[in-house]
Amino acid sequence: MRLALEVNGEPRTVEVSPWKRLLDVLREDLRLTGTKEGCGEGECGACTVVLDGEAVNSCLVAIGQCEARKITTVEGLANGEVLHAVQRALVACGGAQCGICTPGIAVCAAHVVDRGLLAGCDADTARARVRTLLAGNICRCTGYQLIVDAVIAAAREVAPA
Amino acid sequence: MTAYHRPRDLDEALALRAAQPGWMVLAGGTDLMVNANHQPVPDGIIDLWRLAELGFVRISDQAIAIGAGTTWHEVERHAAIRERLAPLAAAAREIGALQIQARGTLGGNVGTSSPVGDSLPVLLALDAELEVASVRGRRRVPYHAWCTGYRTTQLAPDELIVAAHLPVPGATTRTTWRKIGTRRAQSISKVMGAAAITLDGDVVVEARVALGAVAERPIRIAAVEAAVRGLRLGEAGEAARLALRAAIRPIDDVRSTASYRREVAENLVARFFAVS
Amino acid sequence: MVPPVGTSVPRVDGVAKVTGRAMYLDDLEAEGAWHGATVRSQVAHGTLEGFDLDPAFDWSQVTVVTSADIWGKNVITLIEEDQPALAPIGGRVMHKDEALALVAAPTRALAFAAARAVKPRIAPLPPVFDVEAALTGVPLLYGTDNVFKQFLIRKGHASDAELEAAFAGAAQVIDGTYVTSPQEQMYIETQAMMASWHQGRCHIVGSMQCPYYVHKAMKPLLACDADGVVITQSVTGGGFGGKEEYPSMLAAHVALLAHKAGRKVKMVYDRDEDIAATTKRHPCRTTHRLAVDARGELCAIDVDVVMDGGAYLTLSPVVLSRGVLHAAGPYRCPVVRVRGRVVATNHPPHGAFRGFGAPQTTFAYERQMQKLALLRGEDALALRKRLALRSGDTTATGQLLGFSVGTDEVIAAIEGCAGTPPVPVGVNAQGAPVRRGRGVCFYFHGAGFTGSGEQRLAGRAAVAAIGGRFEVRSSSSDIGQGSSTMFTQIAAAALGVSPDDVTVVDPSTSQVPDSGPTVASRTCMVVGGLVERAARTVRGKLEAWAAEQAIAGSLVEVARAYAAVMRTELVETIGYEPPPGIEWNDATYTGSAYPVYGWAACLVDVEVDLDSYEVAITRCVQAVDVGKAINPAIVRGQIEGGTLQALGWAVLENVVYKEGKVWNANMTNCIVPTFADAPDLETILIEVPYPFGPSGAKGVGEIPMDGPAAAVANAVEDALGCAFDTLPISPESIAAARSRWEAS
Repeated sequence: MRLALEVNGEPRTVEVSPWKRLLDVLREDLRLTGTKEGCGEGECGACTVVLDGEAVNSCLVAIGQCEARKITTVEGLANGEVLHAVQRALVACGGAQCGICTPGIAVCAAHVVDRGLLAGCDADTARARVRTLLAGNICRCTGYQLIVDAVIAAAREVAPA
Repeated sequence: MTAYHRPRDLDEALALRAAQPGWMVLAGGTDLMVNANHQPVPDGIIDLWRLAELGFVRISDQAIAIGAGTTWHEVERHAAIRERLAPLAAAAREIGALQIQARGTLGGNVGTSSPVGDSLPVLLALDAELEVASVRGRRRVPYHAWCTGYRTTQLAPDELIVAAHLPVPGATTRTTWRKIGTRRAQSISKVMGAAAITLDGDVVVEARVALGAVAERPIRIAAVEAAVRGLRLGEAGEAARLALRAAIRPIDDVRSTASYRREVAENLVARFFAVS
Repeated sequence: MVPPVGTSVPRVDGVAKVTGRAMYLDDLEAEGAWHGATVRSQVAHGTLEGFDLDPAFDWSQVTVVTSADIWGKNVITLIEEDQPALAPIGGRVMHKDEALALVAAPTRALAFAAARAVKPRIAPLPPVFDVEAALTGVPLLYGTDNVFKQFLIRKGHASDAELEAAFAGAAQVIDGTYVTSPQEQMYIETQAMMASWHQGRCHIVGSMQCPYYVHKAMKPLLACDADGVVITQSVTGGGFGGKEEYPSMLAAHVALLAHKAGRKVKMVYDRDEDIAATTKRHPCRTTHRLAVDARGELCAIDVDVVMDGGAYLTLSPVVLSRGVLHAAGPYRCPVVRVRGRVVATNHPPHGAFRGFGAPQTTFAYERQMQKLALLRGEDALALRKRLALRSGDTTATGQLLGFSVGTDEVIAAIEGCAGTPPVPVGVNAQGAPVRRGRGVCFYFHGAGFTGSGEQRLAGRAAVAAIGGRFEVRSSSSDIGQGSSTMFTQIAAAALGVSPDDVTVVDPSTSQVPDSGPTVASRTCMVVGGLVERAARTVRGKLEAWAAEQAIAGSLVEVARAYAAVMRTELVETIGYEPPPGIEWNDATYTGSAYPVYGWAACLVDVEVDLDSYEVAITRCVQAVDVGKAINPAIVRGQIEGGTLQALGWAVLENVVYKEGKVWNANMTNCIVPTFADAPDLETILIEVPYPFGPSGAKGVGEIPMDGPAAAVANAVEDALGCAFDTLPISPESIAAARSRWEAS
């Protein structure tokens, strides 16, 4: 099946079975290897991409469903060489260790920050809200603390209110 | 190669479903796509994701109708659902995590009919009615009759789930829900329950009590519902606890034990009838 | 401007990781590579008679490898040579999910289908899964008695009779049995490896902690010399010990497949397979007896440690060693006996996981100390402070502690931040009644290899000046712990150059010397020390040359000039030199077990929901003496990561075996903590410098794993009033204990 979709702002076309997972199409057919597989069952979030404005597990999306849809992967977060606020914060705060979960977390956190999902939270509730919003992304290295710091810092930068 | 079709409207979807009852009916994929690379390759896919006629929330005085294609995000964010069907919004918040809530649908939860489906005890307790359709027409099925066994339902091979109709609980009906999962997010239920309790002051007039994860399907507990009638809150809780004891036979499995499930289910049910 | 050691410079690989440009094994270009899959045993113990290949399957595009195809030694060399790469035809199968045969095919789907079409024929033998049953020696799995290894440590007494006399004369005796569960490392990147052969030489690249362990294992398997195989580490998505020994098995598999298929072969495990078939933390049962005299001083400790090693020896002797060496705890006691045994069963082999035996025995001794405090009515921290080891005291092996003992600092840090304990009763957001409690613990962790281990490893590292650039060459693998950044900082500081002028090369056995494995909390302390000395030597030589040549300028300029004139790189390779005073007797297990210890104290607050019996960890503070934090943010990250793994092990995580097979072999059921399960972790970095570590640093990677589980158990006991001595402290175990805690 021939499918036309938009990935990171660029039109892309693939010729694959509609049953092929979006994750595999990204990695194999489009050679965008930034999105990772950690579990194949939607538990770990390493495969998170933004699909039509929602953060989703790309291991649970069949490519047939992606005709004419817009996808953002980790490769699409930066603006050329200018990193997204979340990416910069993760580096500055030490929120990436082995890094395998980091693309999924960066995509999810960027979505959270860009959509203002922390709006209305005060300093105390913001941390708990970050934890809830990112609970679908498993990290085994960091204990999460420095990642929460990074997302809060990025949110402040993007929406200083 | 797998065939694929994205129907433009419900009639087209129903025609295709009738023609190809063996094809996979796919919306959010949060269940059907698990371990996709190790599943048998489907002959075909009927893609219902974002089919307009399945994505709606319609409010009337008496009831709220939610389209089968509505995602858990959409359920949770909807002001009327939060206000009037609070347990359903609560369930929506605890299904998986953000990424799952963005894709998982009410229709998927109902269609999969897992014994641990998070919204299903809510549908039972709120006495929902399902609307299903086929080329032969539409029908309504009370949700309490829908589940016929382990992951089996009344859905005919040519039918699609269209909506759930939930009566809005009255002002004197207290609704409640709790899920005890394996962890705080991304968790499978070990025990969960929902209740709709109609009160006259602090006396129970009528109650609908539903539990998940304690049987092969979500169940209403008739023994509890009978035991609490006419009792004051507090006493009703103890009566509910006692009545539950003999009414369920949960199992040991990879996630938990029968005795834990039994004990926690009793605590949950007693708590539903606690003095607030 | 050279940022000093002790600065949280951003990770050198940070941008690559946040942009998705870091290339893990499955991201690497593998044009034309075939995919491998493994045929695994569904029988826990038996004789492998052979294989039937389904005649209805199209085998034309599939390569099949069995033990018959191994031209070298069918063995994964580690400590012993008991574990085969593939179960030998005609020989024994020793555990479920043991590798029996391999297939490779052009696509993963075809490889999986081919693996399903290989039907092994196994004549079953009676299996044994229970350690006590295995100790009867029937069935016999290993040696003469199913004991992979045992230890006996005696301090202050010469016979069992003398030990019993010490107990008999005591004022108070406390004993308990402590059971800890197996634990899955759950690195988010599954095991992954790729191999190809060129002109008789095998090239293997993959996710691993120890390229030279793999190298050592491949030589007898492939019947080649040191040049016949090259091992390269790819960017590794987590290890925690789970990629210490297992990668040698996977390397063997891809090498054999690539050889027979005549093409590059790649194997990336599915998560389910990874959980089912690879190593886990050793489950352990520790009985611990302690006695105090009339003054409340410890007068005798007696510990018996029994671990389930699984079907093959792998690293069990060393895990047990570390377990027994920490079993008496960081406390003064004149009479100590520690016995340990690790036993063969038909479980899949257990192996390395952060802490490596110490978390198991630390759980036991810190539960015992809690019980002692309760019995004596003494404040929990005050008791630890009173009985703790300090400089000038001797350990259970008779090691006289000298420098870098952070006992008082870490305990004071916890005392200082503790604040008011949580209110004992309340109601939570779900309307359920709750009970709250607080627990503390104090613990230590030996850094580096035991005794003379570092001398035997004889690790080496090199620093090279190549034109205006400096290269660090060591076999240490960055598995997320930030070793590349840490080496960059150490080398840059020693050279007096900017970190931007330093590169840490990817560890490949053809490019770097053997620095020893990336384990045992040794990478900074030992290998970092070698890097520091090598860098200083390079600087010294360049500066001396510059003086001779009357060349002035920065070291970078001098290095460029050197390269232009000498037309060669300047490389200094430095080998390990033990610090003075490390005397260790392997036969009696006495002396200086480790060059130095890390010290830590932990405080945990919990809230137990009395409807659901779930334990919420509402606060966790760790104060850790690391000697010197080369990069504080990285060190904090290590502590917090290890802490959460320990908290998960305490209440949430488990590996459940059913008839010898992992029953919960997927991420849905083999759970680890999410963001929502973790409290905000508080970390207090303490620095009591170790004079023989780079800038005073000692190990940090493992210590945070050792203590928190005991602190959680202590907190739950405080909340509910009864003991919980088995991990995990699951809601099910709390519900089952209701009669004990409701009564208290």
